[in-house]
Amino acid sequence: MSLLHFFGQTLRIATPYLFAAAGGALAERAGVVSLTLEGFMLGGAFGAAIGAWLGGGAWFGILGGLAVGLLLGGLHALGSIRFGADQIVSGVAINLLVVGATRFALQLAFDSSSNSPRIAGFDGFANPLIWAALLLTPLLAVLLNRTRLGLRIRAVGEHPQAAATLGVPVARVQAVAVVISGGLAALGGAYLTLDQHQFTDSMTAGRGFIALAAVIFGRWQPLRAAVACLLFAAAETLQIQLQATQWIAAQFVVMIPYVLTIVAVAGAVTRAKPPAALGRPLAS
Amino acid sequence: MTDSSATPAVRMTGIAKRFAAVQAVAQADLSVQPGEIHALCGENGAGKSTLMKILCGMNGCDDGRIEVHGQDVTGWSTARAIAAGVGMVHQHFMLVPTLTVAENVVLGREPLRHGLLDLEKAVADVEQLCKQTGLSVPARALVAELSVGQAQRVEILKVLHRGARVLLLDEPTAVLSPPEVVELWKVLRTLRGSGTTILLVTHKLDEVMELTDRITVMRQGRTVAVLQTPETTPEILAEAMVGREVDLRVQHAKRAGSRGDVVLQLRDLRVAGRRIAEAIRGISLDVRAGEILGIAGVEGNGQAELLEALTGLRPVLSGEISLNGKNINALTPRARGDAGLSHIPEDRHERGLILEFSVADNLVLGQQHHFGSKGLLDRRAIDAHAQAAIAAWDIRPPDPQAPVRTLSGGNQQKVVIAREMARDFSVLIAAQPTRGVDVGAIEFIHDRLRQARDAGKAVLLVSAELREILTLSDRIAVLYGGQLVAVLPRDACSEAILGGYMTGLGSTTEAA
Ligand SMILES: Nc1ncnc2c1ncn2[C@@H]1O[C@H](COP(=O)(O)OP(=O)(O)OP(=O)(O)O)[C@@H](O)[C@H]1O
Ligand SMILES: [Mg+2]
Repeated sequence: MSLLHFFGQTLRIATPYLFAAAGGALAERAGVVSLTLEGFMLGGAFGAAIGAWLGGGAWFGILGGLAVGLLLGGLHALGSIRFGADQIVSGVAINLLVVGATRFALQLAFDSSSNSPRIAGFDGFANPLIWAALLLTPLLAVLLNRTRLGLRIRAVGEHPQAAATLGVPVARVQAVAVVISGGLAALGGAYLTLDQHQFTDSMTAGRGFIALAAVIFGRWQPLRAAVACLLFAAAETLQIQLQATQWIAAQFVVMIPYVLTIVAVAGAVTRAKPPAALGRPLAS
Repeated sequence: MTDSSATPAVRMTGIAKRFAAVQAVAQADLSVQPGEIHALCGENGAGKSTLMKILCGMNGCDDGRIEVHGQDVTGWSTARAIAAGVGMVHQHFMLVPTLTVAENVVLGREPLRHGLLDLEKAVADVEQLCKQTGLSVPARALVAELSVGQAQRVEILKVLHRGARVLLLDEPTAVLSPPEVVELWKVLRTLRGSGTTILLVTHKLDEVMELTDRITVMRQGRTVAVLQTPETTPEILAEAMVGREVDLRVQHAKRAGSRGDVVLQLRDLRVAGRRIAEAIRGISLDVRAGEILGIAGVEGNGQAELLEALTGLRPVLSGEISLNGKNINALTPRARGDAGLSHIPEDRHERGLILEFSVADNLVLGQQHHFGSKGLLDRRAIDAHAQAAIAAWDIRPPDPQAPVRTLSGGNQQKVVIAREMARDFSVLIAAQPTRGVDVGAIEFIHDRLRQARDAGKAVLLVSAELREILTLSDRIAVLYGGQLVAVLPRDACSEAILGGYMTGLGSTTEAA
């Protein structure tokens, strides 16, 4: 295997992580727990299938994924911010809802319980989402550190009360962050569908949680989180390539990315300091 | 200076506000003339903070009418209040610790350039404002790294940056050292001179007498009197606040017993600083049973680090801390507590309380292992403990299950003190013990500290207030530049003498 091939493979595997982690970092910095990434991704993956199917082109897939993601983000914002439901409960509820809803819609739209028919997609590096993922990290860093919205997001996630006393509309800032987060994570899911030219049931397979681990490992900083995504993706690439060689029992090889995730996060959490108001909405 | 015929800058009539079972404000009227410094006085829990929060749009009110500059603004939002030039400096800091000073100041009103934040402009604005007002803070520093005095200045800058013409200050001097207070007065007088209306809450009656034009007194949610400052005295004011006569004469009560053994001993203690390599640079000190030893000094001379080292929150570089003859350098804070060290921390929100927890739970924090067995808490014992503490310290409202967040500032402070003085201790470290408590409660807390001393406990008092140090202490040590530049018996001290040492002018005399 060539080094170039290894890096290429890593980048392709990292793309959905990069999107989801960017969304996760944004929402968590605003103080909203991002357990929903998995649901956003799966919803986005399905939205991409529908979009590409109805529109008859891969670009419609991107739009479809984005739309579903923004919608789900809005739903999470409505539940946890507008109506003050516990963010973790609302997040888990959305994850479950999406699993059920995509299964149901799969049946309705494509009359199948396992997968969609073959749809339009992008082949390998022709996928614009790969290149967008690379641009995403610096853009997110600029958004958080150099824009008005970013400053407000950081303030709201640390000390919502202080932000409120300055007239910052705390709930609105959080809602915006969550909706954008939904859109970003959904694009990660859409990538999967468009890469495989097909939606399969529960195809995100826990990637949203790995992305959340990357956010925590990256101490809620876009750049570090992106590095963590690449690291996890590299481990997965290694796993795939090792598996082909059959040097080590396949069961152990498959474990590599997950073990790495656990070790990384376990090591990171002792030092990591989450946004101070994470999960604690502003009492009105 | 005040023209009673002019439209008041602020007029609140018949304001009422209820929190669940507590009627925080009832039938309150307040009228402040433009360009006046107006004080709002009253006991802890009287409703002062609540009334101010209603005025600045942070809380709504159930009843009543608010006018600002003649316009009815009842029920407005914080954003509208700010836009109309009403700004509030809150009793507890409202700063985002992970942002810089400049970012905190411009938050909500950020300068933009090409659609991006213009942080250079923010810094320049803050520096300009510092120059104008004489409030000095490093604009690029993270707020987490500031001293409390600096943080307080940032709070005021925040409000001024928004062009406030009506400035509400809720106990702004509670955390300031005397020179900083003098600075603040200068700033407020300048502001008044330029037409700003100032509404000030404070428990320090001498401040009220010195600075204000008029005083509104609150008692149990009602406004009970409006006084013209030049025509009143601290005694009249205190009586209006409490509803009975108060003896304001503070005397230094000499210790009754004799000095006992050394219970807390520091030997050549060196401690790293928050911002500097060494904040405590070789301190040796003996504190004996049956004495109150006051540590005076301008904030930032090592007080915070000394307190942290003593209580086990910061490792020492070298030297020795012994409690009852035993070296405690390596003990955890909890083990130190069990060994007889009690600690009233200087910042009740950062170190003293868990705001979401109930009064009862906060009253056993750090001692919870003594309330229960086999890893289970004994709820009944905790509640009984809480009932006793609430009664003994007159904590209001007397509800053990109320979250501490809902208590007024002074009552929160009482919870901390009640907890720390209820445990079995031989040394009490009291840092700013009367911060934010009313005149009656100050007297009460001072009495309790003296009683502890007379019962053979040692008290190490750290206070920014010289008056408090002089009133309580039997001996006084002055901390300057991380060293004890003087350790003097109380009788050899006066404000002037201590002031000299505190500013580094006095020479080292007697060692510990
Ligand atoms: N958010 C809240 N929820 C419930 N009760 C509250 C809340 N805020 C204030 N209170 C209650 O209202 C009363 C008035 O409180 P307030 O903070 O206005 O007092 P204060 O005059 O500022 O006292 P202090 O001098 O101690 O700061 C107190 O009994 C307090 O417990
Ligand atoms: Mg108050």
